[in-house]
Amino acid sequence: MKKSYTQLAYKDLNDFVYGSCPNPVTTKSGLVIGGGTIYPELNFTLPGMNIDENSIKDAYKIYADIINGSLKRAHELHAPGVVLELETLVNFTENPKWGIEVNRIILDIMKEYADKYGLKTALRATLNDTREMSRPPVMRSGKYWDGMMEAFEGCARDGADFLSIESTGGKELHDDALVNAEIKQVIFSLGVLATRDMEFLWGHLVDIADRNNCYAAGDSSCGFANTAMVLAERGFIPKSFAAVVRVASASRALVAYEMGAVGPSKDCEYAGPYIKAITGTPISAEGKSAACAHFSPVGNISAAVADLWSNESVQQVKLLSDYAPIVSMEQLIYDCRLMNEATKQGMNVQFRDLLVESDSRLDVQAYVLRPDFVFDISKELVKEQNPFLRTKLAAQLAVEGLKKGIADGKVSADKRDNKYLDIMARELDEIPEEPMEFYNDIKEDLDESKYLPGEYLIG
Amino acid sequence: MSKFENIAQCVLDGEFKKVKGLVNKAMEDGAKPMDIINEGLIGGMNLVTPLFKTGEMFVPEVMKSAKTMNIGMDLLKEYIKEGDLVTKGVIITGTVKGDLHDIGKNLVGMMLESSGYTVIDLGTDIEPEDFLKAIEKEKPDIIGMSALLTTTMMNIKETIDFLEEKGVRNKVKIIVGGAPISQEFANQVGADGYGEDAAAAVELCDSLVSEKAHA
Repeated sequence: MKKSYTQLAYKDLNDFVYGSCPNPVTTKSGLVIGGGTIYPELNFTLPGMNIDENSIKDAYKIYADIINGSLKRAHELHAPGVVLELETLVNFTENPKWGIEVNRIILDIMKEYADKYGLKTALRATLNDTREMSRPPVMRSGKYWDGMMEAFEGCARDGADFLSIESTGGKELHDDALVNAEIKQVIFSLGVLATRDMEFLWGHLVDIADRNNCYAAGDSSCGFANTAMVLAERGFIPKSFAAVVRVASASRALVAYEMGAVGPSKDCEYAGPYIKAITGTPISAEGKSAACAHFSPVGNISAAVADLWSNESVQQVKLLSDYAPIVSMEQLIYDCRLMNEATKQGMNVQFRDLLVESDSRLDVQAYVLRPDFVFDISKELVKEQNPFLRTKLAAQLAVEGLKKGIADGKVSADKRDNKYLDIMARELDEIPEEPMEFYNDIKEDLDESKYLPGEYLIG
Repeated sequence: MSKFENIAQCVLDGEFKKVKGLVNKAMEDGAKPMDIINEGLIGGMNLVTPLFKTGEMFVPEVMKSAKTMNIGMDLLKEYIKEGDLVTKGVIITGTVKGDLHDIGKNLVGMMLESSGYTVIDLGTDIEPEDFLKAIEKEKPDIIGMSALLTTTMMNIKETIDFLEEKGVRNKVKIIVGGAPISQEFANQVGADGYGEDAAAAVELCDSLVSEKAHA
């Protein structure tokens, strides 16, 4: 690892607020992310269509229309700045030239708006983790790895400000762990497999970013903790389980920063507050204004310490007012305008607390995002530098914190949540300190057809 | 509690370590294997499904119950004749070409198996030709296709059109599901039904199989 974090980036909880952070990043256009203003981050995607050599030019045009429409609205609403996230569909990473072309199209339109209206914008290029297209996934080489790196290199070279990915190393076992509510397998997937993959992957992404004068921004535990959140929302798994997975995933997310990432983290990295508390880097977040993509129990609280505010994703479809990305642009701009006004009037801490208190007592998944809860756990996490042990510790502290919160009446919970918290506490205590000993304990319960141990330096 | 009720409760509670002992005891007491299966093991799973539908059981609990039932079934396999165990139907599942998401599909498969169906899961990123090969080989009653992305959902239509072109469309019922899918979409692409979640998929399959039986 290139960096280690041995203490919190903050001394005072009242400094831990949206819009600002100790280590902001400045984009090519001069936007300072985490410099005092919270900016909207618009994420968009194509409508339902086949993407191939015949339709690719149509796809390019749709992307151009999305950006033109959204930036026009941003200008009309006097947005102080906007971040755009090109989160590619898998076809655009599998065919790197397509992804690179869309990246260029967006950059060209951004420049037009900068030249014409002085609109400050920045672009996050989020390519796909196509390694999972081979089953079991080959993580460290091969055509998918090569394609990903080519796509990242091209987008960075052509001018993207930020490089991100929703990486999936370890997910091949984590999905099973979720549907079976097996916390030990969660810890193995996140704490051993995922952290090792993050170290490998982000070492390369940081190199690409450094070579091309852009930022290795951050990853997302979307495929882990958000999958858990969605399953919990549907009543398939206990919310307490999803909440513990959320906190445990912070350790994995941190590895990107230990390898040199500087933020802002991805919008769907809901454990962003833990990253920000520890690294002091800016974070993106999504909540109520991402309802176009999915529902969540953290619609308000997720904005509490965000530096970019996102809609997660929306397709180019026509609503009553206009196309959906333009609608999202407006919603995000107004959300940010309100938060920035509160900051201007010296009320940002109160506003943060309103966002927190409106959600945190209603759902354990919101409770674990409380700034004070985040601080308490993060203070202990920085004492542990081993990513595997840090993952286990994060889960244990989350269980303990939730049990206390429920017992004190600070958060409501299904009575079955307590039962699962007790089960998790017991099982987490059984996990040995040494990862290979842990692997040997559980390996007969793992589906060996789903993953390649050698790709994670096991065996 | 009778021996069958004990076994059914064991399945309901997901006590997979205890089921072998209870099944062996029932056999020693003279119970017929098919009665143990129908009244104990399947009887227990029949209690599970409605509890899952109403949100009173989580998926991990259903998985443990299914595991318990299957352990009991495996123990009794050697005592039953081929043909004694009747499947409700054969269902092939798969995520369509270009799509790697499978949690929802896997949950549907698990619920269908627990409800008495034989499920053959082709996996993810399945080409239309592979659905065709599976139909020709397995002669299923139903094909279940899933997609999670707005760009891959169009491959559902491509697959259905392909099956139509190859003359097998009328041999199977087709159900679809996934986050961007809707009943409207299912109608547009010519599917026979849409399941918004795993529980709905089971009900849909029950009604399609029943429809076929009465046709």
